[in-house]
Amino acid sequence: MGEITTLHYLVVAAALLIIGTIGVLTRRNVVIILMSIELILNAVNLNLVAFSRLYGLHGQVFSIFVITDAAAEAAVGLGIIIAFFRNKETVNVDEADLLKW
Amino acid sequence: MNPVATPVFFYGLSFAAIVFAIAVITRKNAVHAALSLIGTLVSLAGLYLMLYAPFVAGVQIVLYAGGIMVLFLFVIMLVNLDQNIREIQFNKQWLVGLIAALSLGGLLLFVIRQGHAIFPINEQAALPEGVNTQQIGIALYGQYMLPFEIASLLLLVAIVGAVVMAKKRI
Repeated sequence: MGEITTLHYLVVAAALLIIGTIGVLTRRNVVIILMSIELILNAVNLNLVAFSRLYGLHGQVFSIFVITDAAAEAAVGLGIIIAFFRNKETVNVDEADLLKW
Repeated sequence: MNPVATPVFFYGLSFAAIVFAIAVITRKNAVHAALSLIGTLVSLAGLYLMLYAPFVAGVQIVLYAGGIMVLFLFVIMLVNLDQNIREIQFNKQWLVGLIAALSLGGLLLFVIRQGHAIFPINEQAALPEGVNTQQIGIALYGQYMLPFEIASLLLLVAIVGAVVMAKKRI
């Protein structure tokens, strides 16, 4: 239990990013895929804030922009989910195959 | 004032964040996944507090845990997930997921291990002077004026897009 350095935060962020990637690639429920994308964005945010401790405030400002993007993405993505559910009566992504032949 | 017992808080909070994140991608019930995601977000807000970023921590709780997650729960309520719970939750791409996770983890591990020249790891972080929120406000309305305005435009587009997507008949 030594001093906590930036490296420790980077490892936590990497773990969150990998968990989010696995979630995006393997889940069928599209709502949970969106949640995994939020996990990935949060991992990036943790990196930005961890480096902003060393390099000044810019990382924190950027993490606020990332949070704004996450809000916009969640709103549009959930709208798409509602439209998809109205058409197909399911939320499984592997049944979204209208463009496939 | 120097922080006290940082390793204990750091390991506790990061352990909670990772365990909740694993719960997000493994729970069958989407509501349980959403609640676990709230746990991850709150743990990350604690980590932001440890990194001397109280404003980002507050925004994280108010906007993420309060705003975006309520949106998620509303959509879980709107779409009927009763049938989905009885189906298989994972698709057949576990091999692809494993390969992607291993290569991504290997890459990140390599960069973190080899990148000591890039990362000033042992640099002692200076305690910030001044009020964090005030400085972020000055940066947002001064140096980052144009990105700030573009972000407001992005939010407007997202609102219009969400309404158009979710509307029955346009």
